[in-house]
Amino acid sequence: MISGFFIFNQKGEVLITRLYRTDIKRSISEVFRIHVVSSADVRSPIVTLGSTSFLHVRHNNIYVLAITKNNANAALIFEFLYRFISISRSYFGKLDEESVKNNFVLIYELIDEILDFGYPQTSEIDTLKAYITTEAARSEVTDIGESSKLTTQMTGAVSWRRGDIKYKKNEAFVDVVENVNLLMSAKGTVLRADVDGQILMRAYLSGMPECKFGLNDKLVLDKAERAADNAVRLDDCQFHQCVQLGAWGSDRTISFIPPDGEFELMKYRSTSDVHLPLRVHPTVTEIGTTQVQYSITVKAGFNSKLSATNIVLRIPTPLNATMASCKTASGKAKYVPAENVIVWKIPRIQGGSEATLTAAADLAATTTRQAWARPPIDVDFQVLMFTASGLLVRFLKVYEKSGYHSVKWVRYLTRASGTYQIRF
Amino acid sequence: MSSSGARAAPKKGENYELRADLNSEYRDKRKDAIKRVIANMTVGKDVSGLFPDVLKNMQTEDLEQKKLVYLYLMNYAKTQPELVILAVNTFVRDSDDANPLIRALSIRTMACLRAEKIIDYLSPPLQKALVDEHPYVRKTAAICVAKLYDLKPELAIDNGFIDTLKEMVGDANPMVVANAVTALMDIHITSQNMLESGAETPEGVAKVTWQINSAILNKLLIALNECSEWGRVAILTQLGRYKAVDERESEHICERVVPQLQHANGSVVLAAVKVIMIHMKHISSERADLEKQLIRKMAPPLVTLVSSAPEVQWVALRNINLLLQKRDDLLQNEMRVFFCKYNDPPYVKVEKLAIMVRLAGENNVDTFLSELREYASEVDVDFVRRSIKAIGQCAIKIESSAERCVGVLMDLINTRVSYVVQEAVVVMKDIFRKYPSTYEGVIPTLCANLEELDEPEAKASLIWIIGEYAEKIDNAEELLGIFVDSFTEDAYLVQLQTLTAVVKLFLKRPDRSQPILQRVLDLATKCDSPDVRDRAYIYWRLLSTDTSAARAVVMAHRPAISLPRTTVSPAVLEELISDIGSLASVYHKPAETFVGKGRMGAESMKKSILEDEVQAREAAIQKVAAGQVAENLLDFDDAPAVEGVAPSGIAAAVASTPGVSKVLTSSNPLDDLVSIFGAGGTAAAASSGGNDLAGLGGIVSPVSTAPPPGQGLAGLDMFGGASLPAAAAPTPAKPPATQPQDDLLGLF
Repeated sequence: MISGFFIFNQKGEVLITRLYRTDIKRSISEVFRIHVVSSADVRSPIVTLGSTSFLHVRHNNIYVLAITKNNANAALIFEFLYRFISISRSYFGKLDEESVKNNFVLIYELIDEILDFGYPQTSEIDTLKAYITTEAARSEVTDIGESSKLTTQMTGAVSWRRGDIKYKKNEAFVDVVENVNLLMSAKGTVLRADVDGQILMRAYLSGMPECKFGLNDKLVLDKAERAADNAVRLDDCQFHQCVQLGAWGSDRTISFIPPDGEFELMKYRSTSDVHLPLRVHPTVTEIGTTQVQYSITVKAGFNSKLSATNIVLRIPTPLNATMASCKTASGKAKYVPAENVIVWKIPRIQGGSEATLTAAADLAATTTRQAWARPPIDVDFQVLMFTASGLLVRFLKVYEKSGYHSVKWVRYLTRASGTYQIRF
Repeated sequence: MSSSGARAAPKKGENYELRADLNSEYRDKRKDAIKRVIANMTVGKDVSGLFPDVLKNMQTEDLEQKKLVYLYLMNYAKTQPELVILAVNTFVRDSDDANPLIRALSIRTMACLRAEKIIDYLSPPLQKALVDEHPYVRKTAAICVAKLYDLKPELAIDNGFIDTLKEMVGDANPMVVANAVTALMDIHITSQNMLESGAETPEGVAKVTWQINSAILNKLLIALNECSEWGRVAILTQLGRYKAVDERESEHICERVVPQLQHANGSVVLAAVKVIMIHMKHISSERADLEKQLIRKMAPPLVTLVSSAPEVQWVALRNINLLLQKRDDLLQNEMRVFFCKYNDPPYVKVEKLAIMVRLAGENNVDTFLSELREYASEVDVDFVRRSIKAIGQCAIKIESSAERCVGVLMDLINTRVSYVVQEAVVVMKDIFRKYPSTYEGVIPTLCANLEELDEPEAKASLIWIIGEYAEKIDNAEELLGIFVDSFTEDAYLVQLQTLTAVVKLFLKRPDRSQPILQRVLDLATKCDSPDVRDRAYIYWRLLSTDTSAARAVVMAHRPAISLPRTTVSPAVLEELISDIGSLASVYHKPAETFVGKGRMGAESMKKSILEDEVQAREAAIQKVAAGQVAENLLDFDDAPAVEGVAPSGIAAAVASTPGVSKVLTSSNPLDDLVSIFGAGGTAAAASSGGNDLAGLGGIVSPVSTAPPPGQGLAGLDMFGGASLPAAAAPTPAKPPATQPQDDLLGLF
């Protein structure tokens, strides 16, 4: 399994080294520096040199690297590296060179706990936080009773939750967040439209609550023979480990004992009947070889009570564009020569309304005959209280033996970031 | 401050200051100093001189400080074996601490010190820890057994730790079960490695082997639903190794594993897919419905993996590619999710493309083609080339789409972007090969782009097309004349093609092409390359003795080409499927090829390839008997097209056969092949074509001197078709490069 864990900065300097096995030496970091960090053309996240494999993930300005000498489980290692990144982020906000340098003691403590002899161990953020603590929030775990409880929790069947949590007010917040993937052809036909959804939960509930969660899942509603015209067909669901997979497998009920605080309850995917919140109609004409004219219209297709916010369109310009003038009544548009795009930012579009941009890019004369590749227009946005898949939370029931009353809140958000692409 | 320790203390410098602080009377100052020591250690400065001073800080109530000191000890224990002994007392005392965290920490660290002296003190505390009342300590101790075995196997066996470990698989706590399984697996791997390197005897290995029986199986299945995600992967891995006693049990395992497909962790999903794929084979044929259901349930989670982080996605894509080779019904109607996003990393795009080619069929070929056209206008040259190749693969795979594919290729050629045109010409040649005399209408367009071509492969392709259709191209002499003019400057590949094309032209239109033939033969017989020279002499002699024989040789009927369904041989595919998620499955190569195993590995590989070739040979002989002409002859030529992870050239082709290791290829694979086919091969090797592949062909062909050409082809086919399906992406065969074989073979 993992023989060594390293963190490098962009220059290839080692920030963290932890060897778990004797089959590699510290000096192996040089090999990685030469073959990956300083190499311009790395075409794979796994590099095998001789019998040593280097699996790395780039995150901000650092490389997180695991080294192995045998036929290790690559999927597990990458999942682990990403888990490390998310643990670090929850500990010190963001993971970059500076934060690694400032928190190296903590990182050593963490990787010692989450990886033993190269095998991942406990990686539940909440549990880890209970006994690996930062300067700011120090809780004394030297108390024997406390740590005994803790270790029981770590190894128990409900490793993600302590038994003695108490809240005055029992609340649960559910956030349904949908990422829309869209690929639209130049002719305006939808090549691909699907939704990657996440259901995030913040549970502030006392005791050991058993929760049941219901969605307008088509399969469930069909089985119950309820008229379900607004039911959603979910292609696939992936659950947090607190969810009883067996129960889902037999009758598609989602039941679980939640971890305390924030966690991702489930991920899902839906490909049928995706409501596209924004429609983009681009008209791009090349006038000879000297100018490209754009006329871009964005239409918000949803209910007029809602609105899309933080809309950012990135409209590509040819590589030989010298300048571009933009005119629009909504938001601001600016030509960014370094990235060869016009960035059009619109703070808000009301449902049912539309916005238009006209722009012209002047081109310098070039000798290359190659036609402009026309990368797609990319749109980022978010729409509150709207789900592109049509998913709704039908209920969230909380059962606890003390029988307390709990308050639940549900929010919906649909967004796109780098995945909403329109060709022209 | 005191200057304890073996070395003379420097009077100033950072280490001096650190030493002073480590011995400070203030707790905070000491702790801060330890942190600085660790920081120095990380960046590679030598702080081993501070060993005794750090050691003094080991006894503390502060858990964080304790961990830091332990970290330091783990790094430097080896360099200061005499001093480590001083730490033993604290470790042993900690292993009796009332706090389970500290008990576990001490035992964990002790096993990591890897100093002989410490190891002797490890056994008693480890013994206790393995049966500790607290699961956290037990699960830590389980891994410690693996650490100990790695260091001193006999100690682990003699103390009965391995047996305890086997008992722990039945522990009530799922985490303990998972770690016990993990440790046993690790010990198994270590013992195998030791066996191979001679450090361990087979009897020793037998002592640590662990067999799962039905009782353990049930315990594992129960623990599977309760333990952490990483533990699930460990248990699933073991389930994959288990051989079910009957069909009923296989079904049971599959059914119990299916819920894991819904886990949020991608590695759990892949591990579950692996177990299902392994055990599904054994489900009785009466339960075809169950099999169908399993396939149906595996598809959505696999598709979901495609929207995870790029690295995880890539591992998933490589595995999906493998799974599709085994079950082509797995992801029907799911092509759209594999459409490349503009901002996907290049390695993801390449893999998506390969998968889309696999999924392409009559129903979706139109969307696929318009996607490919889109990709062909992107900036990344490598990706553009692969997209154009994919168009050709589409045409060859789906006959009804060929015309549309040609249309797209013509559009691309009209863009006049150099690399696009060149790749399109190469692809066109494959289409001509598959559908002879169907698309002659495009030849003028191709010839119009003659000057655009500067890459040997593209040039060779166009020349082959001109030669093949010489009778239909009015100015064929003129066109070939251009290549004859630049003959001496061209690559051998191009020279060979020019030579053959001119001969074809002569055979088709002897009246007008006498002068050009004379010129090319003159040039070629003076060429540096023995291959080009030899071929020129052969043609010369053939033409001067018997034109009809020359015609039979040069214009021989060529077997049709097709896309190989798998990129690895069935045996390797089977092995890789049972290794899903691992590096081997990512590389599409058996683990032995990239994990160093020493000589033993290489030899077993050699053996397996020999067996494989014997099989392939039998198959080939049968084929000849049936009077079939080899079909996949040209797949063989694909190997050089492999880029990226696979080694290029012939090494790749050979490495993709069941278990030829790199070790083997470096010791000249040709020799092995020769030995199979008898000594006759070497003589002909000299007359082989310009590249390695032709070289191989040359070796094979002489064996079949007596019978008609068909056998020679079949002989080649046993590599091309049966044992060596093309290494990576199923690029279609390239006729020009191997065509010389056809020509040459006619001779014998």
